[in-house]
Amino acid sequence: MTTPHTRAVPADEKGAVPVASRPGARSRFLVMGALITGAVIFLFPFYYMVVASLQLSPNLSLGGAFPSLGNLTLDNYAQINAALNLWQSLLNSGIFTGGVLLGTMVFGVLGGYALAMLHFRGRGVLFSAMLLVLVVPFQLSMIPLYVLIARDYGLGDTYLGMILPFAINSTAVFIFRQYFLQLPSELFDAARIDGAGELRTLWSIALPLVRPALLTAVLLTFIGPWNEFLWPFLITKQQAKQPLAVALANYISTVQASTTNPYGAILAGAVVLAIPAVALFLLFQRHFVSTDLGSGVKG
Amino acid sequence: MTTRLFGRQPVGMLLAAPYAVFIAVIFAYPIGFAVYMSFTDYYFTAPGVRVPHPFVGFDNYKTVLTDPAVLASFGHVGIFLIVNVPLTVALSLGLAVALNRAIHFRTFFRAAYYVPYVTASVAVVAVWLVLFKTDGLVNQILGPLAPDPSWLVNSVWAMPLIALFVTWKGLGFFILLYLAALQNVPKELYESASVDGAGAWRSFRSVTVPGVRQATALVLLLAIVTGANLFTEPYLLTGGGGPDGASTTPVLLMYQQGIQQGHPSTASAIGVVLVILVLLVALVNRRLTERSGR
Repeated sequence: MTTPHTRAVPADEKGAVPVASRPGARSRFLVMGALITGAVIFLFPFYYMVVASLQLSPNLSLGGAFPSLGNLTLDNYAQINAALNLWQSLLNSGIFTGGVLLGTMVFGVLGGYALAMLHFRGRGVLFSAMLLVLVVPFQLSMIPLYVLIARDYGLGDTYLGMILPFAINSTAVFIFRQYFLQLPSELFDAARIDGAGELRTLWSIALPLVRPALLTAVLLTFIGPWNEFLWPFLITKQQAKQPLAVALANYISTVQASTTNPYGAILAGAVVLAIPAVALFLLFQRHFVSTDLGSGVKG
Repeated sequence: MTTRLFGRQPVGMLLAAPYAVFIAVIFAYPIGFAVYMSFTDYYFTAPGVRVPHPFVGFDNYKTVLTDPAVLASFGHVGIFLIVNVPLTVALSLGLAVALNRAIHFRTFFRAAYYVPYVTASVAVVAVWLVLFKTDGLVNQILGPLAPDPSWLVNSVWAMPLIALFVTWKGLGFFILLYLAALQNVPKELYESASVDGAGAWRSFRSVTVPGVRQATALVLLLAIVTGANLFTEPYLLTGGGGPDGASTTPVLLMYQQGIQQGHPSTASAIGVVLVILVLLVALVNRRLTERSGR
């Protein structure tokens, strides 16, 4: 397995050597130190988010970073719920995200399959267009989309208007195509010889084989609209239609002074907004595999 | 005959049609429309009312490119890149190498680094707002070292702090990117480096860094795209590009001019300039990495 280079890193393999004096042990200590420091820096704001969202009266000093039993409350959650109508905002976020997921899983899979497997006129153009979508910032089309969707079509403050620009996630289409390309073509030739149509081949042969890719794409597509701020912010003026990210952002920028513990209420809202995406990630984190990302790097 | 016209499997056109229509309607047409608006005097009307939009040539571009606020916002993206790119490359490569060598708790560390990336900007912006307030936890710890005025209302620190925030939030993605790239560096190179007597630092410099060059090029490209897209952070963290416009970004100005003030023409011109710059830099970036890769 590891052939001659044992000489270079001796302490890594054998624990018998006097640990502290070997360079391997020192570097292992450094590695662990760096990783732990990193983890603290990454996780502390989340910890602080939760702790401060439970404080009765704001305590911004160092002591406030530790929960104290006398100062715990769920009041902040009640306050943000009263100000934003949390359930309605969560429902709006859910409908927005669900619509994008539906569009991507139906039409995105079809597009990815066609791009990978079928020879048809215009395939090259469509593939180049997809790559362009991935590179050109959404912000260029933001103003004209706003004019078209909100002004011309009158879809402001509607779920459809919110979903439309994101309805098919191009990154997901790209992932589908990459996965379909990896499937052995003999399988498909066999199916065609047996007389199966393309939809049938896609449904009963290709899809079951790329199930891990589907899950990865669902997770990736989920966090996009759930976390999206700019577009729903432009397109919704009524609070009753705003996703949680937009409602919370408006709360942050306007009504800070009106509650006893404004920061507690803001952070309570932040916790509610963060939980679904973080929970999904932690549950399925082995599907956020580095190889998917790497496929873009290897070129 | 039909094969020549539609390709070998014309059913593919049918399956790809929804996605093709989507790209045409949501991407191609709006971009064409943006370019059109940027050459006309366009203004909003009540729905259904048709008014002429006179062609004005490059007037909007002249207005935009001589507007000090617009030029400043492009400068702010520059500051963002100067802070964000070196920090992202150094920290994510360092942590990826460490993670690659770690034996215990790899899954935990990987998850911990990735959590900010999957969390909504609005949620983590809220925490940073509280942490970096004038009397917030960071300044309490720094004590007399805290900048005055505080970070987010200090015209020198506002933009670097936004860059720091974006670096922190996106680092997990780049760590995974480098981790994947590290798997592709041939082990034999490390062996021959150590046979030649190279220490850990030396073999990092001459094997690891060149080995992950492709990933570094991608970091640079994505950092430029992120910088060009900045909106949520200046809008919320510094209260709309404050203080005194010290942290405005092109997209923030597009929002303010195009939608708040009703000048979609100049807003579109900013957008066109922005995208041309991004594509140019991406092209140069690609040329450079391809050439040195040989």
